[in-house]
Amino acid sequence: MIAIVDYGAGNISSVKKALEHVGATAEVTCDPQVIAEAEKLVVPGVGHFNRCQPLNRQLRLPLLDAFVSGKPFLGICVGMQWLFEGSTEAPEISGAGLFQGECERFPAGVKSPHVGWNQIEIRNGSRLLRGIESGVFVYYTHSYRAPVVEETVASSQYGGEFSAAVERDNIFGVQFHPEKSGATGLKVLENFCGL
Amino acid sequence: MGSERLTKRIIACLDVDGGRVVKGIQFEQLRDAGDPAELARLHAEAGADEIVLLDITATSGGRKTLIDTVGRTAKQLFIPFTVGGGIRTLDDAAQVFDAGADKVSINSAAIARPELIGEIANRFGSQAVIVAVDGKRGDNPPEAAEVYVAGGRTPTGREVLQWVREAEERGAGEILLTSMDRDGTGVGFDCELTAAVAAEISIPVIASGGAGNADHFVEVFSAGKADAALAASIFHFGTHAIADLKQALLGAGIPMRWPC
Repeated sequence: MIAIVDYGAGNISSVKKALEHVGATAEVTCDPQVIAEAEKLVVPGVGHFNRCQPLNRQLRLPLLDAFVSGKPFLGICVGMQWLFEGSTEAPEISGAGLFQGECERFPAGVKSPHVGWNQIEIRNGSRLLRGIESGVFVYYTHSYRAPVVEETVASSQYGGEFSAAVERDNIFGVQFHPEKSGATGLKVLENFCGL
Repeated sequence: MGSERLTKRIIACLDVDGGRVVKGIQFEQLRDAGDPAELARLHAEAGADEIVLLDITATSGGRKTLIDTVGRTAKQLFIPFTVGGGIRTLDDAAQVFDAGADKVSINSAAIARPELIGEIANRFGSQAVIVAVDGKRGDNPPEAAEVYVAGGRTPTGREVLQWVREAEERGAGEILLTSMDRDGTGVGFDCELTAAVAAEISIPVIASGGAGNADHFVEVFSAGKADAALAASIFHFGTHAIADLKQALLGAGIPMRWPC
């Protein structure tokens, strides 16, 4: 069972629907016990970084446990940004710090939010993006972006380059919305389910 | 500045009355010409970047039918899905999101009570709120364009440019701008008004009203500065329509998601 962690960050029914479409059993939950017992975790998220506080508080233990136990973990959008050290969107809220650097707003000079379909450039052997080729389009909707780091496995260009996907051991993050990115997105979720 | 790789979006709109798509639609492989769920899926497969389902049900008691339609449509759709029509309260919006919509489009209700924009944005995020604006300007400059409600029948006395700025400040994530002067004419989008709105705000602008051929889309993305374009009837002539349109736009140098 995949636990979709519900921490109050908007509408996440589409993530469940997409996971079920690729054959997974998924449950939306905010129960630390259910999260602790799940085989895999998905932390979705649309909205403001300040909504991440429950991840640092009441859900902290099961999430930390997942990181160290090797349980596959996928952060989507703000859920990926939370894997970094923090975001200038809410400087008082810390991220998990699994990836270095801070998320920042898109620079003046490009329209923000970045909404729509953009291409990803795949950097090196990624398990999450297996079978997906550079140049495919994915759907984004966000105003803040994560820097390109050593663990970046895919990037996109909008007012400069930013991390489209990060990956280290059992920890995965995507800035785009796989549940809304057509066949490409479903392939990403299928890969995650198959880990 | 590196923004050239974000593509312009082609949005297919389905007008739904009592759970059935209205207006003639000609997909060869269609089993049921009126089923929104099947049509949405076919449009997505044909290359539409997003789907908008606009409920034009006039009768009361249609709410339950709509929620059922949204649920069935969302179940097979893995691209962004917007629902508009008759959303008057936060609770109306919540029901539509629960059924599987990613965004709601609000129009008259936002004019009547602008706080609704912020209420939905606070709960579901700005990316989930599209404010639809029906503008009419006749032969006047874009600055004089006026907002209309009730399907373009009732003038509000509000200026389009002032209203879109307020909608953005209140938390709208996108603006869906329909030119009442051009809607249904097929003579092309109102590029001048679209460009004026795009210059006024920083959130994306979806242009609507007047699409008749591929050149009209080229114009609205270049001169009109639109981020997306919405049309209904032009896509109803078979699965090749969206592919042909996207090929034409790519040929004109407009970035498009293709192949899909």
